[in-house]
Amino acid sequence: MWSKTVTTKILGYMRGFPKQRMNYGQSVVSVVEREVIKSRELEKDELRPLYMDFQATTPMDPRVLDAMLPYQVNYYGNPHSRTHAYGWESESAMEKARKQVADLIAADPREIVFTSGATESNNMSIKGVARFYKAKKKHVITTQTEHKCVLDSCRVLEAEGFDITYLPVKTNGLVDLQLLEETIRPDTSLVSVMTVNNEIGVRQPVEEIGRICRSRNVFFHTDAAQAVGKIPVNVSEWKVDLMSISGHKIYGPKGVGALYVRRRPRVRMEPLQNGGGQERGLRSGTVPTPLAVGLGAACEIAQQELEYDHTRVSMLSKRLVQKIMSEIPDVVMNGDPNERYPGCINLSFAYVEGESLLMALKDVALSSGSACTSASLEPSYVLRAIGTDEDLAHSSIRFGIGRFSTEAEVDFTAEKCIQQVKRLREMSPLWEMVQEGIDLKSIKWTQH
Amino acid sequence: MDKYECIYLKENMSSVVGKMAASTRSQVLFLYRLLMKESSKFPSYNYRTYALRRVRDAFRANQNIEDPKTVQQLVKQGMDTLDIIRRQVGYTPTHRVHEGE
Repeated sequence: MWSKTVTTKILGYMRGFPKQRMNYGQSVVSVVEREVIKSRELEKDELRPLYMDFQATTPMDPRVLDAMLPYQVNYYGNPHSRTHAYGWESESAMEKARKQVADLIAADPREIVFTSGATESNNMSIKGVARFYKAKKKHVITTQTEHKCVLDSCRVLEAEGFDITYLPVKTNGLVDLQLLEETIRPDTSLVSVMTVNNEIGVRQPVEEIGRICRSRNVFFHTDAAQAVGKIPVNVSEWKVDLMSISGHKIYGPKGVGALYVRRRPRVRMEPLQNGGGQERGLRSGTVPTPLAVGLGAACEIAQQELEYDHTRVSMLSKRLVQKIMSEIPDVVMNGDPNERYPGCINLSFAYVEGESLLMALKDVALSSGSACTSASLEPSYVLRAIGTDEDLAHSSIRFGIGRFSTEAEVDFTAEKCIQQVKRLREMSPLWEMVQEGIDLKSIKWTQH
Repeated sequence: MDKYECIYLKENMSSVVGKMAASTRSQVLFLYRLLMKESSKFPSYNYRTYALRRVRDAFRANQNIEDPKTVQQLVKQGMDTLDIIRRQVGYTPTHRVHEGE
């Protein structure tokens, strides 16, 4: 009798419908059903578009997730608890992560403040420094091509009575150093220039800016969210006083970032968030241990992989640009061709509407500019700032290449792009006119 | 490759590495094969191709290293990576995330 029960159970299980489970009704998902769902999931995964938008965000590295997982479940202590082992283990994990972040940018661990992301880091440094020194210094300098969060923080300061200079950039996207030097006034408290631009990928001359700012006794903040972990970063060589770092741009988790705040010469700032006095009182609130650990792991891996990744990304980016440029005429690369991070390529396809090209390239996840502004059809303000013509600004697409991109993906993207640009141009009356030799600029467009 | 092989490898790695060149070589090759085999199990295309490529390139870049201490250290790193890959390959979300598509 015993063996009979066991046999029926085994047989039932093998068929996928164990007898006792049947009694519970439909709420219990059988093994077979689960397998079906799993295979369907995988199938769906494979049908998703290729990811070519590594400037918007990056997938998490499996090594990062592996480091984080224990702190999501087993080691859940509050890192600021001083009275028990749960707190101590979380604290030591957090401090290890702080050191990993500091090592990547050649800083001291005590100079790293964990935040919720680069946006918070930028807000903190711009508003914090400007407000702390507002009694004597009322001027802040930034550039027109900064990220929205820097520009918006500056707008808020403007409303508070600060004087802000939005420096124009040259047509290659770089800051004019002479103009910067001339703009600095005795009452300038802060200069904020991003290291690598998120839309066109140009790398600003941070070393020179740092030198100018140090000699004029002005604090220098740089938004290095797109640079850290991708190009070598050294805060002492660059003479940077504040640096924003983002977790999810370097294959780490979303929702965490860091701010580097120099200790010598000391940068003083007013905190945005007040409370328990964590992070030296600059950013109160419990540090999310798993996220901080993830950021630390991402930084350590980025440091190990920097050279390997950079070689590979450069190779892939060259491959993509050459393939596209050799097949279709009238493609413009936005931004300086040499001073750039190769993983961010912004191309303008003349006589093609960027959004319709994006629609046609539905098999590839691409963007016409930054993710924050991708909802609006307005041309990118960065492209307008570097003096791109209205029509070219409307036809730009940003290709992002990263650690997990493959040759096959790049080739597919290039082929699709070539094919669709050719198709769209064939439909375009503008393209036809250009082929006939009519200069589009000479045409007077009248409204009917 | 099963669990016992892995445990066997772990126990023997430290004693074998550095003793005899030939056996070190076979151990390293064994580790390479294990890493490649486990990496090929990533369900996600991008993770899978990255892991395979990275393992291959790392072994290629270090193929001429003779110093037994460095080799031992690298093998240790490889073992740790193998552990990570095994854990992460096992982690495949089977629940539906996007309902109503």
